[in-house]
Amino acid sequence: MEYDKEFLQGLYATMVRIRTFESKAEELFLQGKLPGFIHLYIGEEAIATGAMANLRKSDYITSTHRGHGHMIAKGADIKKMMAELYGKETGYCRGKGGSMHIADLSIGVLGANGEVAGGLPIAAGAGMAIKLQKKDDVVIAFFGDGASNRGAFHEALNWCSVFKLPVIFLNENNQFASTERVQETTSVANISDRAVGYNIPGVSIDGNDVIAVYETVKAAVERARSGGGPTLIEAKTYRIKGHFVGDPTLYREKSEVDEHWAQEPIGRFERELVSMGLLSEEEKKKIWDAAKSEVEEAVKFAESSPYPAPESALTDLFVDDAGYDY
Amino acid sequence: MREITFSEALGEAMYEEMSRDPTIFTYGEDIAKQGGIFGAYKSLLGKFQGRVIDTPISEEVIFGSALGAALAGMRPVAEFHFADFLFTGMTAIANQIMKFRYMTGGQAKLHLVLRGPDGISKSAAAQHSESIETIFMHIPGIKVIVPSTPYDMKGLFKTALKSEDPVICFEHKMLYGLKGPVPDEEYYIPFGKADVKREGKDVTVVTTSRMVHESLKAAANLEKEGISVEVVDLRTLVPWDRETVINSVKKTHRLVVAHETWKRSGWSSEIAFIVQREAFDYLDAPIEKVGAYNVHIPFSPPLQDFVVPDYKDVEKAVKNVLGGI
Ligand SMILES: Cc1ncc(C[n+]2csc(CCOP(=O)(O)OP(=O)(O)O)c2C)c(N)n1
Repeated sequence: MEYDKEFLQGLYATMVRIRTFESKAEELFLQGKLPGFIHLYIGEEAIATGAMANLRKSDYITSTHRGHGHMIAKGADIKKMMAELYGKETGYCRGKGGSMHIADLSIGVLGANGEVAGGLPIAAGAGMAIKLQKKDDVVIAFFGDGASNRGAFHEALNWCSVFKLPVIFLNENNQFASTERVQETTSVANISDRAVGYNIPGVSIDGNDVIAVYETVKAAVERARSGGGPTLIEAKTYRIKGHFVGDPTLYREKSEVDEHWAQEPIGRFERELVSMGLLSEEEKKKIWDAAKSEVEEAVKFAESSPYPAPESALTDLFVDDAGYDY
Repeated sequence: MREITFSEALGEAMYEEMSRDPTIFTYGEDIAKQGGIFGAYKSLLGKFQGRVIDTPISEEVIFGSALGAALAGMRPVAEFHFADFLFTGMTAIANQIMKFRYMTGGQAKLHLVLRGPDGISKSAAAQHSESIETIFMHIPGIKVIVPSTPYDMKGLFKTALKSEDPVICFEHKMLYGLKGPVPDEEYYIPFGKADVKREGKDVTVVTTSRMVHESLKAAANLEKEGISVEVVDLRTLVPWDRETVINSVKKTHRLVVAHETWKRSGWSSEIAFIVQREAFDYLDAPIEKVGAYNVHIPFSPPLQDFVVPDYKDVEKAVKNVLGGI
């Protein structure tokens, strides 16, 4: 690999931070500490990590209901994320949004989204803004395999192609849309095949290979920055956990999950780094320990934060909130 | 009488009518493999091969195809998954289904049903908590049913499955697990017939769905204070039973209309308007509304509790129309 050790360990560390956050969130949810429902990114960490390694702070992303990994990789504050999962005042959305609606405009995260494919039109709009402002920023729109069957996906691809917008459509094909397998609901073998219909480049890659993700997104980002328009990338992966925490997962066998677990992206990358002598036991431990204590800090922060005052529910609808008939 | 859950009642209605009528089929997201996300289709698991269908996440086609299938002689039951995702396919409903028969001079019989969960649950937040039945009362062209008990669910849904007009059914998420008496014998509940869930003489509370149960709880509490509340469950909003409501108001002289959706322009406004016009001389106090604050449903439990109405809000409103006792 022609990358330096620091860069590679950085990718590894980001994946580890996501995994650690998600494992903790799962544990807390099962303990009944988190309200609502959460969708975990475990096993898909390479996609957010590899993609975001190409972005700068001023670039945008739109995310999904499975968005924790995207946020962390884009540089979100884990404390504020955790506090939001708890519904606390100190959370990203002051308790109004929860897991599915985390946003951080200061780092270009234009929102997770509770609506499948809901982020794609938003990404198109951010792309238009960038073009009108004559900037060379880009947008990455993350979306699932299931999302690619919604009209919003098809309309956004056509739109961004026609207007040559700097938008990368990054499909996370984790093989399932809740209980439904991708092959049962999707007309193409590769979601990237759909690019043909919109006259844009389309490519499918191994989404559990963080370097493949990094390099593929890199090419798409470079094209987008230089006015070459959108790209559709399908990153093939596998959803290791249930659709949400608590999903009975009657639609698949455990043996299938075990098979895919052997290919999960962190272990895979770790084996590569170790075999190349780019990650010592000690460095590895340091990375995991740092992630663990960062996440524990976040839990402490969240648990010691207050709930929002009930009446604060009546703020944040409008800029000029005062005096409205709520 | 035996007791079954709200979702079992829906399953029974589907089972009985599908067994009889081969043109009924049902489809939507995540319905076939786990019996629906709230278990409503558990009793259909493994039965009716090819007539319980999982679809792509394509709401505009889920709803629009119901129209096409009905026109071509079938009786589709399309699930909307969450009421919030009615919006993602709304044009197929508001521009196609609801207008088709009228625009074409009454040529078509649109025997189709849209159904699914609505309302709050525990912190599902703004995009999974919507109760938007009012919109379907505002736009002409679909019958709206909003059952509150297993008995009503089954009887109303069986009627929906025989309807020659489009029907939309809103099933509150918090009700799926609710148990209640349902007879073994078959029965149908006609649309437009309210059910007086509790008789009373001081104040009428007109309501539907989850708020029926909140209103009954309020009525039980208020009884201890010597206040007698009549709870009228409309059960269907299009058509709605003016006669029962007006007769109740003529008896009690005071009206509260309670729903979970936003207060502003919620369907309570329509009920209140008709009642003040038809029973003006009988009213002893201005009509009160109970509903959510006009903001979205927030995630954090204390915020959600603040925004969404419950029995305490009904109690407060009842006391208000009684002159602030
Ligand atoms: C428009 C819309 N329809 C339905 C849903 C309910 N829903 C939430 S997630 C999901 C499956 C999404 O699958 P996919 O896009 O593949 O993403 P994944 O969950 O696999 O990451 C569904 C059907 C929704 N949130 N939005």
